[in-house]
Parts: sequence; C-alpha cells; structure tokens
Amino acid sequence: MRNLAALVFVGGLAFLLLVIFNQFDFAQAPMVVGQGILTDAPDRVGAANIVTAVVLGYRGIDTLGEISILFAASAAAGLVLGRRRTDARRDPPGGFILRSGVALLFPLMLVVGFYIILHGHLTPGGGFQGGVILAAAFFLPLLARPETPANHVGLSIVEGGAGVVFILTGLAALLQGGEFLQPLLDNGVLGELVSAGTLPLLYLAVGLKVGAELAGLMARLADVEVDEP
Amino acid sequence: MIWVAALIVIMMLVAAVTVLLVRNHIAAVAAASLVSLLLSVLFVLLRAPDVAMTEAAVGAGLSSVILALALRRLGLGRVKDA
Amino acid sequence: MMPIEIGTVLYAGAIGLVVIGIAGIVLSHHLFRIILALVIAEAGANLLLVLSGFRWEAIAPIITGGGAAQTMVDPVPQAMVLTSIVIGVGVQALALSLTLRAYGAYKTLDIRELQRRMSADLAGEAGTPLPQSLEEPVGGRPLPAAEGDGR
Repeated sequence: MRNLAALVFVGGLAFLLLVIFNQFDFAQAPMVVGQGILTDAPDRVGAANIVTAVVLGYRGIDTLGEISILFAASAAAGLVLGRRRTDARRDPPGGFILRSGVALLFPLMLVVGFYIILHGHLTPGGGFQGGVILAAAFFLPLLARPETPANHVGLSIVEGGAGVVFILTGLAALLQGGEFLQPLLDNGVLGELVSAGTLPLLYLAVGLKVGAELAGLMARLADVEVDEP
Repeated sequence: MIWVAALIVIMMLVAAVTVLLVRNHIAAVAAASLVSLLLSVLFVLLRAPDVAMTEAAVGAGLSSVILALALRRLGLGRVKDA
Repeated sequence: MMPIEIGTVLYAGAIGLVVIGIAGIVLSHHLFRIILALVIAEAGANLLLVLSGFRWEAIAPIITGGGAAQTMVDPVPQAMVLTSIVIGVGVQALALSLTLRAYGAYKTLDIRELQRRMSADLAGEAGTPLPQSLEEPVGGRPLPAAEGDGR
C-alpha cells in the first residue's frame, strides 16, 4: 500500500515536471538577467570567465553563504563522528604501488590544483574545482600511510584564515565606499593573469577553504571507528 | 549531436537504475560515479565547461571516495557479495 | 517517422534522473541506497537548471581573444549549479556520518527496523507509551466525542 502511494506520487511528480518544461521551447528561455550580465561583465569586472564574474562579483554574498554551509556541514560531520579512540585498530598501510604512486602524484596534484584556482578568472575552473583537487591531493598520503594521522589543527587554521581573508576583502570594499564584496583594485587587461581586481584573491581563499574543509571531512570519515559486526 | 546526446542520456538512465537495483554496494557506488561522469560529458555538450569540471571532480571523484570510505566503515565494502 | 528533437531527449534525461532518484528515496529501505538515490536526484536537478540556460548558436560564457562579440549561454544558472554541486557533497558527507553513527548504535541500516527501535528507545527515555503506528497519535484520538457517547 505504501509502495503504491509512493509510485503514484513519483508518477505525479514526473507528470508535473513534464508539463512545466513543456511550456518553454528548448533553448528559447528568456534570458533577461543573463543578457545584462553578459554585456556588463567584461568592462565592469574584467574577468574573462563570466561564470567567475557571476559567482564572485555579482553574487558574492551567495558564495559566502555557500562556503558557510560547507563549513557547517563539515563541522557537524566532525561533531557527529567525533574523535577516534587511541586504542582503535588502524588500517593496514598501503602497498608499494600505492605509496610510490602517491609520492609521484602529490606534487603534480598540488600544481594542477593551484593552477586551476589561480586561472579561475580566465579559463574554466576556479576555487571549487581546484579546492577539490587540493583536498584529494592531501587525502592521498593518508590513504597510503594510515598510521600518520591528519593534521586537523593545521587544516582548521588554513580554513579559518581563508574565511577571514574572504570576509576582510568584502569589508575592505565597504571601507572604500562600495558594496560588500564588490571587486576592488584595477581591472587590468582582460585575459591576463593579474587582472579582474580582487577576484583571483577571493577565488584563492575559496579554493583553500573548500580544500581544507573537504580534506578534513575525508580524513575524519576515513578515521572513524565502527566495530565490525 | 543528437545521437551522442541520446546515447549519453540512455547510458545515464541505465546507470541510475542500476544504482537502485544492483545488490552489491560497491557496484552501486561505481554506477553513481558513472552517472556523474556521463553528466559531466553532457555539461560539456551544453557549453558549461565550469560546471562540467566541477561535476567531474566532485561528483565522479570526491563523492565516490566519500561513499566508498563510508562503505568500508559500514562493513559493506566487499567486492564479492552474497 | 517524426524526428526526435534534442531538447526532448535532454529533458527526458534530466526528468528521468530526478524521478529515478525520488523513487529510490521513497521506495528503498536501505539507508545507504537512500543516500545514493539522493545523489542521483540532485544530479538530475542540476541538469535541469543548466538546460534552462542553454541556447543554440551560443558559446560557453568565456571571453576568448576573438574580438567579435558572440552570443553566449546564460551564465547565471551555471553559477548556481556550481555552488549547488559543492553544497551537495557537503550534505552527502553529513548524511553519511549520521548513517555511520546510526549503524554504530543499532547495527542495522534498514530504515523500518531503525525507525521501530529508535521510536522504542525514544518512548522509553521519555516514559511515554510506545506508539502503535506512525499514523496514529499517542493516546486517544483528539477528535471531539460523539453526542451519545458516554465520554
């Protein structure tokens, strides 16, 4: 009976979505805000990647809220999982291939992660993607050598420092007489590495914060001790 | 382009159904990762390279790692399941 | 034979993902499967959002050195999806850590079993009688008694 009701609900949902999206022609949806941003962004923000201009310039507070949600989720997961017991059984260390592969991959992944973060205003990529790659880079040694615990204090310091930099950049814009998180500094030449004002700095802060949070999250999840059934 | 898109969509839906029906949990995680990977290809076709990168890095990479870690802690991570 | 439009295919894929995900959430009894289904539903919703900003003859919203202004796809849904994906992984990790704790406490992941034992434990802690069914409130019915009834 419960399954039948659930199936009816799911069918109704599918029908509703179909009806809603039948109203628009494909690829013909009105684009009012988007068109304005597309014409306005190159001169005002100076970022070649307009998605970055939207994420950090036009909707900066939204991004601040997003990294706050991520912080809350990671803090809550850490609170729920707690600290492992000191006498808990450790995982066996990784094999030779995993250990030497990690030693080879770690610097490469660091370089790729920082490249993606720093070129976020020019090419596809940015703080979120690069931060995830950084998190993976810092999680790999933990997988190869489970006996060396993750440095949660260092991760917290990086995370908090990045958050403070993000908010201070926003407050500096207020001191200059602008809006909160309004991009500062000169726009520079479109398409150069040092351009688009404070956007690369903001994206670096976002990348470090996301990377530290996700690395800490994965370390805690790998560390948690559940007794074998 | 329509055949590419149709192929990707069909594979994605099959993988999504597989996630719910397959009994082995590791296979379910792999199928969920496949859904994300195909979705990122679709995002490239839809001219959203930023979103495609994020989906490939987060959905296909990090999310599967987190799920697999949790599976190992739950004691369900055996490849051969009865 | 009528040619199938690409928009139909893509919308079918996105709506199919959402529907499969929601069906999995509602129908599945295993907590880990429910989290996987949530991931799939989220992917479908992201695809729907990106589809709403798509345009033909448009390029990705990145200014290249071409000079001539070309039409671009809508950047706003893409930025929204960018944040939504990252939030999704955070929510997923939180759900998984709660699942781990529930498994550590009850040694089961079946939601019916979990529900029964959790409500039994809650009732035991609070000193209230065990609820018989989810639909039925604890104690008597809160409806007014009929005229002829003695109560």
